[in-house]
Amino acid sequence: MDITINVADGVPIYRQIVNQVKYLVASGLLRAGEELPPIRTLALQLKVTPNTIVKAYDELEISGVVHKRRGSGTFVSEGRQQLAIRERRRIIEQRIDALLAEGYQLNFSADDILRMVRDRKAAMDAAEPADVEK
Amino acid sequence: MDKIVAVNDLSRSFGSKSALDGVSFHAGAGQVYGLVGANGAGKTTLLKHLLGLLRAQTGSVRVFGRDPVRDPVGVLGRVGYLSEERELPEWMRVGELMAYTQAFHPTWDSSYARELLQTFGLDQAKKIKELSKGMRAQAGLVAAVAHRPELLILDEPSSGLDAVVRRDILDAIVRTVADDGRTVIFSSHLLEEVERMSDHVTMLHGGRVTLSGALDDVRHGYQRSHVRFAEHFEQPPVLQTALAMEGGGRSWSVIHSGSLEQFHHSVLALGGEVVESRDATLEEIFLARAGRGRQPVEAA
Repeated sequence: MDITINVADGVPIYRQIVNQVKYLVASGLLRAGEELPPIRTLALQLKVTPNTIVKAYDELEISGVVHKRRGSGTFVSEGRQQLAIRERRRIIEQRIDALLAEGYQLNFSADDILRMVRDRKAAMDAAEPADVEK
Repeated sequence: MDKIVAVNDLSRSFGSKSALDGVSFHAGAGQVYGLVGANGAGKTTLLKHLLGLLRAQTGSVRVFGRDPVRDPVGVLGRVGYLSEERELPEWMRVGELMAYTQAFHPTWDSSYARELLQTFGLDQAKKIKELSKGMRAQAGLVAAVAHRPELLILDEPSSGLDAVVRRDILDAIVRTVADDGRTVIFSSHLLEEVERMSDHVTMLHGGRVTLSGALDDVRHGYQRSHVRFAEHFEQPPVLQTALAMEGGGRSWSVIHSGSLEQFHHSVLALGGEVVESRDATLEEIFLARAGRGRQPVEAA
């Protein structure tokens, strides 16, 4: 499973794992019914304490992303469509938060940024009308 | 949680120099404990008490509910230990070291030892004194874990080692916990390693515990915030709960403890605004606390 841990970014490691598994599920890289790596395997891969993996898997189970089968392993749950929407929204919201913070530093209000987003979209549409999907 | 280690109010001095001052430390089963602190902070002294190599002057030390000084057999047979100096008998061959260590440990797992020696590419016929620094650490590691100890104690296991051997050591920690639900206590100056491998962290400074708790709780108690002020500051502005600041002019980056709300208030009072906050990393906390420790007064 393709997960990268960045100790420097201040997000607890178990949460980084939760976020990335959710992302993998949301983006279809992990499909319903697929098995997540055993705790020991992922702990060895990421070089983290096994209890962190346990905590991440527990949280993923509570939020309905995965389920555990007794005596076997941890599997991606069905019904990722609803999750995918929520998750896609969350990913974009993170980018928006960063944009707002940067805008604030450069003295742009949220309204300024909204206007600029529309302007950029218009400029893109004008430049490449054939490439716009749907 | 089963108590594996219970250290209460332990003090120790060497001559007039205080090495440990009222230290309490507890470890439960199946968890990894990281011990951090500058050189001379007391990490090795604490670990030596757990092994019965030092007797408690005041306070008490219990491992598996026993006193390691009075009952070394009852304690050491269940402990694996890798010292920073990797004191190994120089004249022995690797194979002899294994046989020798095995003799003390009825729970010795020969196939696990063989597997590790093979993974590390250690030649059993080689003498300890002929081994490189990395290979000595690997040999010491096999001797420390092959009896599958209930408690594994590693003192600066990564010190001076290359990335490959460091990885072998981290793998041994993971396997100790994941395969058997056993307990690991390790000291390290590599804070990223501690942050990855520890469930709990204890910070020592000048022989005292300055911070201790579940890693996520410890980290959650400290924030790194980016602050902007309306006016320029030549010197770091005085903010409540701030431990360390860097930056200049209107823009400052602050490591602070306590509630975020309180911090917002103190920034607002100086005509500033908190732009962004996140949990601090262990390294940031460590540096901020160590910096503060140089100042005369510190309330715990």
